[in-house]
Amino acid sequence: MDLSFTAEERAFRAELRDFFHTAVPDRIRRKLREGLHASKEEQVEAQRILNARGLAVPHWPVEWGGQNWSPIQTYIYQDELQQASVPSPLPFNCSMVGPVIAEFGSQVHKQRFLARAANLDDWWCQGFSEPGAGSDLASLRTAAVRDGDHFVINGQKTWTTLGQYADWIFVLARTDMAAKKQEGISFILVDMKTPGITVRPIQTIDGGVEVNEVWFDDVRVPAENLVGEINKGWDYAKFLLGNERTGIARIGISKARLLRIRELAAMEHVGEIRLIDDPKFREKLVNVEVELKALEMTQLRVVAQEKYLPRGKPNPMSSVLKIKGSELQQATTELMMDVIGPYVAPFFTEEELEFRNEPPIGPDDAATAAPMYFNMRKVSIYGGSNEIQRNILAKAVLGF
Amino acid sequence: MDFDLSDDQRLLKDSVDRLVADIYGFEQRKALLASSDGWSRENWAKFAELGLLGANFAEQHNGFGGGAVETMLIAQAFGRGLVVEPYLATVTLAGGLLRHCGVASLQDEYLPRIAAGEVTMCFAHHERLARYNQDYVSVSATRAGDGWQINGEKSLVLHGATADKIIVSARISGAVTDAGGIGLFLVDAAGLQRRGYATQDGQRAAEISFSATPAEAVLSLDAHGVIAQTIDEASAFLCAEAVGAMEDMHATTIDYMKTRKQFGRAIGEFQVLQHRAVDMLVELEQARSMSLYATMMSSETDAAERSRAISAARVQIGTSSRKLGQEAIQLHGGIAMTMEYKVGHYFKRLTMIEKTFGDTESHRARLVAAGTAF
Repeated sequence: MDLSFTAEERAFRAELRDFFHTAVPDRIRRKLREGLHASKEEQVEAQRILNARGLAVPHWPVEWGGQNWSPIQTYIYQDELQQASVPSPLPFNCSMVGPVIAEFGSQVHKQRFLARAANLDDWWCQGFSEPGAGSDLASLRTAAVRDGDHFVINGQKTWTTLGQYADWIFVLARTDMAAKKQEGISFILVDMKTPGITVRPIQTIDGGVEVNEVWFDDVRVPAENLVGEINKGWDYAKFLLGNERTGIARIGISKARLLRIRELAAMEHVGEIRLIDDPKFREKLVNVEVELKALEMTQLRVVAQEKYLPRGKPNPMSSVLKIKGSELQQATTELMMDVIGPYVAPFFTEEELEFRNEPPIGPDDAATAAPMYFNMRKVSIYGGSNEIQRNILAKAVLGF
Repeated sequence: MDFDLSDDQRLLKDSVDRLVADIYGFEQRKALLASSDGWSRENWAKFAELGLLGANFAEQHNGFGGGAVETMLIAQAFGRGLVVEPYLATVTLAGGLLRHCGVASLQDEYLPRIAAGEVTMCFAHHERLARYNQDYVSVSATRAGDGWQINGEKSLVLHGATADKIIVSARISGAVTDAGGIGLFLVDAAGLQRRGYATQDGQRAAEISFSATPAEAVLSLDAHGVIAQTIDEASAFLCAEAVGAMEDMHATTIDYMKTRKQFGRAIGEFQVLQHRAVDMLVELEQARSMSLYATMMSSETDAAERSRAISAARVQIGTSSRKLGQEAIQLHGGIAMTMEYKVGHYFKRLTMIEKTFGDTESHRARLVAAGTAF
C-alpha cells in the first residue's frame, strides 16, 4: 500500500495541467469559472482542441481514439480538466452514446459515428426520460414499430439536455409491447432532422434553457439504426448509466468552485473583517473541504478497484460517489450564495451578462450565484436520483 | 497510488484478525472487563508473540520494521474486537515518544522490551484544565542534583494504573500554555500515587500524582514537536480503530435487519430502513477513506500539513461515527440498549474515541484557525 502518487503520475498531471491552461482559451475557461455556461460554439471549440491532442475520449477503445490509460490516469485527467474549468467533452457523445456504440454497435455504426462524436461534428442528445418514466425508466412508453426496413417511432421524451443543439438523439423505445417491461426496449439512433420530431424548450428555475421536450410523431427511422440486438436496449442503457456514474462525483469541479469561493470571500467584508476571516464562514468552508477530501479518497479507492472488476460492469460503490458528489456540488453553490449575500438578487439572462455594456451590479459572479444554486438542485435528481442510488446500494452492497 | 496490501501486510492483517476473533469473543471480553487490571497479560504475550507490539519499530529494536499502514491494520482489528489491552498507551504513545525523541540509549533499552511484551508504559500528559490544548502543561520539572524531579497532577492517563514505566510531560520554563519549555521524562511507576478507574467503554485510565518524583531519564527538553507528532499518530490509530468498530457495527445492523421480523416480514424489507442503512454505509466509506488519509499523512514531516490532515480525518470520523452509532442503535431497537449486545459496546467505544486527543469541535477549530482543510 502506497497512498502517494508516483513520480510518473505527478508528471502526467503536470503535463495535462499545462496543456489545459495553455491550449484551451482563457475566455472559455473564465466563463465556467464565473458560473456561466459555454455556448454551443465554445463547447465545440474546446472539445476539438482536446480531440486534436487525443484528450476528448481517452477512455474509449484505442482503435477509436482511446488512450489505454490506467484507471488512475483517467482519474487524474478528469480532476485536472475539471479544476482548470475546461468544458468537459460533451457527455452525451463521449460518456454515453460513444461507449455504447463502441461496445455494442455494428462496424458500420462505429465508422459512421465514433470519430464524428469524438470531434463533436455530430452533437448527440439523450432520449431516455419520459413524462411518465423518470426514476422508473423501464416503464417508458415511446414505441418503435417495425414497418418494412424502418422503425416508426411515436411518443414523447423529456429532460433532453441541450437537445436544441443536437444533430442526433439516442432513444430508448419499446419494441415489444407484450414483454416484461425491461425486456421489450431497444436502443435506436435517430437523426434529429427526421420529419415528425418536434423540440420544445423547457425553462428551468435558474432562468436558463438547458432541457427540452422532444416529440416523435410517426418518425421513420432506418432499421439499421438499431444498436445491437432488438429488445436488448435496457442492457445497453445500464451499461451507459454505469459509465455516467463514475464521472458524476465531479470532485474537480467542486474543487474549482471552492477556489473561486475563497477568491471572492477574500474580497467581501463583514464589518471590519474579510468574509474569508470570519470564523463561522470558515467553519462552513472547512466542513465542505473535509467531506470533499474524504470523497476524493473514496473515489481513488473505487478507481483502484477497477482493475479487479469485469470491464463494463458498473461498481455499485460508484453510487456512493453519486450521492456524496452531488450533495457536495450543491453545498458549494450554497457557500457561494453566502459569499454574494444580498447581491444574489438581481437577475440577468446569460446573454445580458455576456453582451451588456453596463457595469455589473454587486460583487464579481453575483449574477450567477443564485442561478447556479437553483440549477444544481438537479444533480441529486438526474443520472439516477439519489434515492435510486440508495436502492442500488441497498440491493447490491447490503444484500437487501 | 496503490491501495493493495503487500504480502507481509496481508499476512499481518490475517493473523491479527484471526487472533482477535479467537481471543475476543463477547464473553471472553466481558470477563476481562471484570478483572482487576481490566486487561489480560496472557493476551499481551500473544500480541508480543505475533510481533504486534513492535509492528512499527525498527528491526534493530526487535521490531517488525513496519510503518503507519501496519499500525492501521492492527488498530482496525482492535476496533472490531473492542480490544482493551494497553496497546495505544504502550506502543503508539510511549513507543512513539521514544522513537521520535531521538535518544538512542533509551530506544535501545526500552523499544525491544516493549516489543517483547516485558514492559508496559503510558503517557502522562493531560491535566485537569487542559481540555484539548496539547501545550497545556503545569506539572513542573525542576533540577535536583544531577537529575530532575517532577511535581504535579496528571489526569485521564490511559492505562496509567498498570503501566510499569511512565513518560510524563512537565514544564521546565515558560507560561502554562507555551509550546516551548515542555520536557519529557521517564519515571518509574513504583511508589507513585495512582488512582486507577474504568472508563465508560471498558478501557482503563488513572489520575497520577507526582511529588518530588525523581526522573529516571530525560527524553526531551523541548518536546512540543515530539508530542504533537506522537499524538497525531495516536489520532490516526484511533481513526482506524473507529473504522474497525464501525465496520462490525454496520454489518451487525444489516444482519439484524435481515432476521428481525415485525409486521410479518424482515424489517430490512422496509425501504425507509434500507435507505438509513445505506446512509450508514456512506458514512462508513467516507470514514474509511479518511482513516487511510490519516494513515498516509501521519508520517508527513511538515507538521502543519500533517496536523491539518489529522484534524480533517478526525472531523470526518467523529461525525460519521456519531451518526452511524446512533443509527445502529435506532435500527436495532431495544436490544442494542442492553449490555448483553455488542452494538452498545461499540457505541460506547466510538463515543469515547471522539473525546480522546481532541473532539470533533476542537479539530474543526484547528482547521478553522488554519483556514483550510486541504
